[in-house]
Amino acid sequence: MKMNLNPLRLVSFKIIVLFVMISSSAFASDFSFTPSVTTEFRYFPESPAYDGQLEYFQPSVYFSGEARWISKDRKKRLRFEPFLRVDVQDDERSHFDVRELNYSQRFSNFDLLIGNAQIFWGVAESRNVVDVINQFDEVENSDETDKLGQPLIRFGKFTDIGRFEVYYLPYFRERTFPGGDGRQRGPLPVDLDNAKYDEGREEWAGDFALRYQHQIGQFDIGIHVFTGTARAPFLKSNEEGTSLLPIYQKLTQGGVDIQRTWDAWLLKLEVVIADQSGDNFISNVLGLEYTFFDFSDSGIDIGILFEGLYDNRDENKTASTLFENDIFAGARFTWNDFQESELLLGTIIDWETGSMFSSIEYERRIGENMKFEVEAQYFLAQDSEPLAQFERDSNLTLRLTRYY
Amino acid sequence: MRKLFSNIIMIGLLTFSSFANAETSQEKGFRIAAQSDRMDKGFGTSIARLTMTLTNSAGDSTKRELEIKTKEKPNENVGDKSVTFFFTPPDVEGTALLSHSKILDSDDQWLYLPELARVKRISSSNKSGPFVGSEFAFEDLTAAELGKYSYEWLEDTTLEDLKVDKIKQIPLYQRSGYTYLIAYIDKDINQLRKIEFFNRGGAHFKTLTQSEFKNYGGTIYRPMVQQMDNHLTGKSTTLRVEVYEFGIELNENEFKSSALSQL
Repeated sequence: MKMNLNPLRLVSFKIIVLFVMISSSAFASDFSFTPSVTTEFRYFPESPAYDGQLEYFQPSVYFSGEARWISKDRKKRLRFEPFLRVDVQDDERSHFDVRELNYSQRFSNFDLLIGNAQIFWGVAESRNVVDVINQFDEVENSDETDKLGQPLIRFGKFTDIGRFEVYYLPYFRERTFPGGDGRQRGPLPVDLDNAKYDEGREEWAGDFALRYQHQIGQFDIGIHVFTGTARAPFLKSNEEGTSLLPIYQKLTQGGVDIQRTWDAWLLKLEVVIADQSGDNFISNVLGLEYTFFDFSDSGIDIGILFEGLYDNRDENKTASTLFENDIFAGARFTWNDFQESELLLGTIIDWETGSMFSSIEYERRIGENMKFEVEAQYFLAQDSEPLAQFERDSNLTLRLTRYY
Repeated sequence: MRKLFSNIIMIGLLTFSSFANAETSQEKGFRIAAQSDRMDKGFGTSIARLTMTLTNSAGDSTKRELEIKTKEKPNENVGDKSVTFFFTPPDVEGTALLSHSKILDSDDQWLYLPELARVKRISSSNKSGPFVGSEFAFEDLTAAELGKYSYEWLEDTTLEDLKVDKIKQIPLYQRSGYTYLIAYIDKDINQLRKIEFFNRGGAHFKTLTQSEFKNYGGTIYRPMVQQMDNHLTGKSTTLRVEVYEFGIELNENEFKSSALSQL
């Protein structure tokens, strides 16, 4: 098992030790720690498309947990969430990350957050084009939901006309990808040890972002600008043609996210205008959600989702995206029971090529301290499409989490 | 002339006061409910740590620990703001619900989902929907606003040796799951002891019982136990107060959606 320990991770580890020391002494205030262990079993019914990829079964286990400490006056907070996965098949998927390890404090007229954090911006369900702070942990799942902890300093201020935030992100996190043994990759694996940076960018080049948020009646509004290194790399074959080199490019973007909440309707819009490596493009998501509460007296809430996705980037110049001209349709079933059972169905279809990605996720709690999840992913694409690389990687995943 | 003038005034006053004496049952219902509601005025802020026990008809039960921070709005025509934070069960630990309650419109609500670090504005037109799988509906937990109902006093009666006023309350806000409620307010400390809920079909299907009232200074009382029984399903939910704190400095900014990820 290969575990690359870069200096930042060692620093993180020291901070963890320090944190545990602080937290045990501060036990008198409000401290909680809930560790968890998850056993995961992934099954790929089809044989792999490329040499070296694992066949059929991919078992793994991951350890996580959340610790939080809040001072007596509720103004100082520490948060810690480590993550360690051990995957039997794919060495790259065996990895450690500090999802969160941060300290925040509220002062009389501003607030500060320092450390590794998870920051979410956006309102849509299928894709969040404005969500730019964290890098995706793509080796975890190809659906862009798992994110690596991002080291940052955030200065925030509430005013009468909304909240303003300034971010400084000193260190860049490179995206994770499945290794040579992994599924859900192209014919060539990504060479993670030889990432390149364009236009003077490097790991420590630093990114800046500004964020504004406000609520006016039915409208929740967010505006941001970002300048730094693009999270999505441009992938280019190496000279020998044996692997893909990730090239991280300079990115400047501005964007808006708006949600109108009206009766049982949610109307959502995310728009970004970006300049990445000389290419100017627009990415946006426009969507709506309607919920049938207590559907025909069943006690079940059913939410129906439709979203249109558009992206006009030049894929010969910038990192490609699977979401160019797509339509997303989905449904969410919430049982409102003891076990908080929930079912999510979703399909994204490219309206130009017919490429399709569908998923079904079901979860429910078992007893007080266990959670059971099932996730099925299905890919369908013409051979000429990028998604065709995943076509034999449709899979079924079972997860059982035990909390302590 | 002068005498005549004062006589007219006297007659006028008498007529007026006799009108005041002949209080209608609607006025009496409102007066008693308002008296009960205004006992609570000026609590400012509160933080309650609660244990919620959900029991199904087979007698199986599950517990949840939560905290509710509330900031009172001094104006009776504006609803209070609250944040509910979940400690257990562990898979939902860190989940928070922010609510800006409105008197007659739908409340504004946001949910914080710790797994995605995401704050999501949710539709709150489901006032009659269950609160986290319990027998409490959202409207039961935000219903303490006087302006949400019309009132009708029914009778003087007793409830377990307590003298109480029995009052019919009809929701004025949209999308309520109830046609009406029957509230029992005691004559001793003016607190709500029991509420019977009547569904859209007119059937008495839920009962809320509040007990173990504790005084927190002045006229502020809180029940330590609130039990909601559903007579149709046989399920019940008990909310037990572990700790109640009043007068804690809670900044207005803590009740903004953009602060919800910082709990």
